Amino acid sequence: MVQRIMIEPVTRIEGHAKVSITLDDEGKVRQARLHVNEFRGFERFCRGRMYFEMPQIAPRICGICPVSHHLAAAKAGDAINGVVPTRTATLLRELMHMGQVVQSHSMHFFELAGPDLLLGFDAEPARRNVVGLIEDHPQVALKGVLLRKYGQNVISALGRKRVHPEFAVAGGVNSALTPAARDAMLGELEERISDVLDGIGIAKAWLEEHRDYAESFASFPCGYMGLVGENGELELYHGQVRLIDCQGAQVVQFDPRDYLDHIGERVEDWTYLKFPYSLKLGWPEGTYRVGPLARLNVCERIGTPKAQEQLEEWKSLNGGGPVQGTLYYHYARLVEALYALERIGQLLDDPDIMSNDLYAPSAAITGHGVGCLEAPRGTLFHDYHTDEDGRLTSVNFIIATGHNNWAMSRSVEEVARAYVDGRNLSEGMLNRVEAAIRAHDPCLSCSTHALGQMPLEVTLLAADGRILDRAVRG
Amino acid sequence: MMKPKIATDWLAACAGCHMSLLDIDEKLIELLQKVELTSSPLTDLKVPPESGVDVGLLTGAVNNDDNLHVARRMRQRSRILVACGDCAVFGGIIRMRNHWPLSEALEAAYRDNPSTVEGLIPGAPEIMRPLPDRSVGEVVKVDVYVPGCPPSPEVIFYVLNELAEGRIPALDESRLNYD
Ligand code: SF4
Repeated sequence: MVQRIMIEPVTRIEGHAKVSITLDDEGKVRQARLHVNEFRGFERFCRGRMYFEMPQIAPRICGICPVSHHLAAAKAGDAINGVVPTRTATLLRELMHMGQVVQSHSMHFFELAGPDLLLGFDAEPARRNVVGLIEDHPQVALKGVLLRKYGQNVISALGRKRVHPEFAVAGGVNSALTPAARDAMLGELEERISDVLDGIGIAKAWLEEHRDYAESFASFPCGYMGLVGENGELELYHGQVRLIDCQGAQVVQFDPRDYLDHIGERVEDWTYLKFPYSLKLGWPEGTYRVGPLARLNVCERIGTPKAQEQLEEWKSLNGGGPVQGTLYYHYARLVEALYALERIGQLLDDPDIMSNDLYAPSAAITGHGVGCLEAPRGTLFHDYHTDEDGRLTSVNFIIATGHNNWAMSRSVEEVARAYVDGRNLSEGMLNRVEAAIRAHDPCLSCSTHALGQMPLEVTLLAADGRILDRAVRG
Repeated sequence: MMKPKIATDWLAACAGCHMSLLDIDEKLIELLQKVELTSSPLTDLKVPPESGVDVGLLTGAVNNDDNLHVARRMRQRSRILVACGDCAVFGGIIRMRNHWPLSEALEAAYRDNPSTVEGLIPGAPEIMRPLPDRSVGEVVKVDVYVPGCPPSPEVIFYVLNELAEGRIPALDESRLNYD
């Protein structure tokens, strides 16, 4: 008899995702699936709109990382305009992007994943959240709040709003940086860098102490993808897409414009989230991961000194090969937050950033543009086609979380195999299943984890749908 | 006096409205001294207490069968229901989807799509059925509307603070934002 364990948020809705674990006759895990419930249909309803509206429409896909969609849409718009934005516009866009990386990564580490690491996977669920963290480690929680606020303030200083800012336009940006805003950003920078370094200390100490666990927890070989700069350095805004295999060997490196030659997406009946894979390697061999873990595995160096030091340690973790353990995402995320802060310093020191040369006028509409960058959670593609007036005829998105879709199911399967015994549902073990998903920081439920713990309703089902057992948490 | 109870939830939303609620920063603490936050995506409780709450706040539009269920349950359990953000108030950006049959929207995402290989339309029983997009007010009675995408943190604080003090918030022009 086949049995299934369902793990789903109680309301079934706020996470827009649930997990099912299929057991075999012996109650052993046979398969795990992550079901994504959300379908909103942006690809269709954007058709017919003007391409220059996209920097305002696309961010409504996600209010947690709206800046990524805002900038990717503007980059696609640059190409449709047939222009390269001015140096100042490019610096300012990257500055806004770095603000988002800081706020998103630090919120994830300090407020979402932190409780699992600092309070323990088996801590009482009612306390294993940011509130428990504030009680037990108030200084740590405060660092998280201040880092998030710093990143959000960089965004709103440029785009006047923290959520859904209005700043980048096809061809450039709509306003200059004020000296007051620059000074405010610079004034706080050193303190925030030291906060992130403290976070790195916490993550490293934890990973050191639990080394065997971290190396085996949801650890499996797979490919990695991310943008790199001209010299193989970490890049979050420009660059070429590099894909490496599980040994670290380069499979392919390509210009984002050519993404359709390299990436295909598979659809499964049981989830609204598609499965991107490398066309060269095929399905399922060509599946890969993106995001902080992938980017540190893919790049050869980092262009800021403190983050470069961390990268050197990173590269020593697995003898130069890719780091596979899913929990190492947390460490990688903080190294990137450190890079983003250092990069903010570099950008603000560049004399061109204060210029008023913000916009490159367009001579003609080219009819096609791809906008690509590294969102906090991974590589993001926007691909637009227009008619000669600039009306959109086709719109395609490949969203960061999508690339990790296969890997999240795979992680859950690995963890379930190790920790789930079908006849014995324990709370901490189910939390590990969730932690495997949470480590990838999926945007589909970034919401679900926004601050609290994902509450669970666990149902043990027989093959005929009969409920055999049920556990509720939350 | 007992603190008024508040519950919040999101339907088909981008999460931006709840981010804007978090963006009231330290005022969140002031608010939490006046009200008891029960279920919310920001806490551990996900279902509003059966005994009911004084204020239920919904963000997001009604976009699938489960959204509908959650909206009705929140209505039943709330004395005052707030529709927060353009998605909840007007149906939001996804409203544009209603100009075409749902099947076309699914086609564009899963079959008639440049990067999709051998597409198909997902439909297994585990996943929700999409519905034509509606605002919250189109499916249940709403008492207070707060437009904005998202409403600014100041407006969200104002609304919740007024409700906590037992007043119905009046949104004058300075607090209305339709972007
Ligand atoms: S109203 Fe705007 S910010 Fe709020 S959920 Fe809808 S799209 Fe997001």
